[in-house]
Amino acid sequence: MAWKIFLFLLLSFVSVAGIAFPIVENPIHWYQFPLIRGLEQNAKIIFFHVPTAWLTVIAFLMSTIYSVKYLKNKNLDDDAKSYAAAQLGMIFCVLATITGAVWAKFAWGSYWSWDPRQTSIFALLLIYGAWFALRSSLESEEKRATLSAVYSVIAFLTVPFFIFIMPRIMKGLHPGSADDTNAGPVVNFKMNGNMQLIFFLSLFGFTILYFWMWNIGYKSLIYKDRINKIYTRG
Amino acid sequence: MSVKAYSLFRKDFHSELRTRYAVNSLVMFIIVAISVILFSIGTEKISQSLTAGLFWVVIFFSAMSGLARAFVSEEERGTTMTLHLIASPSTIYSGKLLFNLILVFMMNIVIALLYSAFFDAFIIKNFLLFVVTFILGNVGLAVSSTIIAAIIAKAGSKGTLYPVLSFPILLPLILLVVQLTLNSLDGTSFEQSVFELAMVVCYDVIMLAASYMLFDFVWKD
Repeated sequence: MAWKIFLFLLLSFVSVAGIAFPIVENPIHWYQFPLIRGLEQNAKIIFFHVPTAWLTVIAFLMSTIYSVKYLKNKNLDDDAKSYAAAQLGMIFCVLATITGAVWAKFAWGSYWSWDPRQTSIFALLLIYGAWFALRSSLESEEKRATLSAVYSVIAFLTVPFFIFIMPRIMKGLHPGSADDTNAGPVVNFKMNGNMQLIFFLSLFGFTILYFWMWNIGYKSLIYKDRINKIYTRG
Repeated sequence: MSVKAYSLFRKDFHSELRTRYAVNSLVMFIIVAISVILFSIGTEKISQSLTAGLFWVVIFFSAMSGLARAFVSEEERGTTMTLHLIASPSTIYSGKLLFNLILVFMMNIVIALLYSAFFDAFIIKNFLLFVVTFILGNVGLAVSSTIIAAIIAKAGSKGTLYPVLSFPILLPLILLVVQLTLNSLDGTSFEQSVFELAMVVCYDVIMLAASYMLFDFVWKD
């Protein structure tokens, strides 16, 4: 219970700090962020866009890990965990796409320009959309779990290419692409100390939120399943 | 194991020859797809990059039309159980993969010939690069399509689900080979394309290894 209160306070602080702290030319106070050329007031979206993208990858990684566990043990609980993770991954993927498109509008001029990183997040949407489509076409519980686990592993083999390789080697608009001069990891991106702190707090807070949601999600799936089984057994 | 796989391939090959499904329906599909594109273009002149992309569009949809047969026909004819009895999963996968490989190569040679005939911009300047891209791309296409065909053979709405499942898996391959095809039409040297070729080889190897390991799970009931 205590950690839930802590999480609430943390995320409230991060949201307020992320949205309300002013961006000024020469930050003096601890609650002021530096001005970044080209972004000015809109830099604050970084506190929300990067965590959603990060969580997408984490969620899909966990979905695949539990798929592999299911293939080894054939325990349907692992399938429920995999499904809960994939649901959350899908939500965060959509959020990452939307926040990315909003950022693209004021940074690059248009919502969608088929920049490599935009293409890869779209490919991720397709992969996991296809995964859900496959699951809904299979009736038998075990077959559904097995086949979607196999597809999850195959699909996850292409994810590192889409997320880590393709956007870095191809020319594009997103920071970190092949022709990005102020390159390096995104964090060296001219954020000063307290901006980096808020950023990492945001990342941390959202990750804990994800694990909490995943926990509730898979438990409710397992309980629903067990209740159904008791009911149908009569 | 390879003798058994080869005999499985021969069984499929002979039964296809008997019905001539591959020759009739698939070639007609290819002709129809290319005709639709030609009609949509009309008298417009299209660029090389567009032609390279459209080449692989037709290849992708022809593959989606034809490659599921390897497994779906077994389910339809009810011979899956017999296959279970006579061979181990990896042997069966090898046989089906060989069949799909031959099918993909034959289809794509037809598509390449038709493209050379009907599309002005499809003039291959770097032939070696084109051949290497063609071979590596077709291998990747066949490998990914075969494992996905195995998955959907057990699913419900097979026809519509097959392209939906295959496209995201094939997307890295398609992005790479479209760029490589464009390079071969442009006349870019082989040395400059080595990076993309290496990535296609990586994709082929990874998908092949993963397919063999995962096929056991798909095949066992």
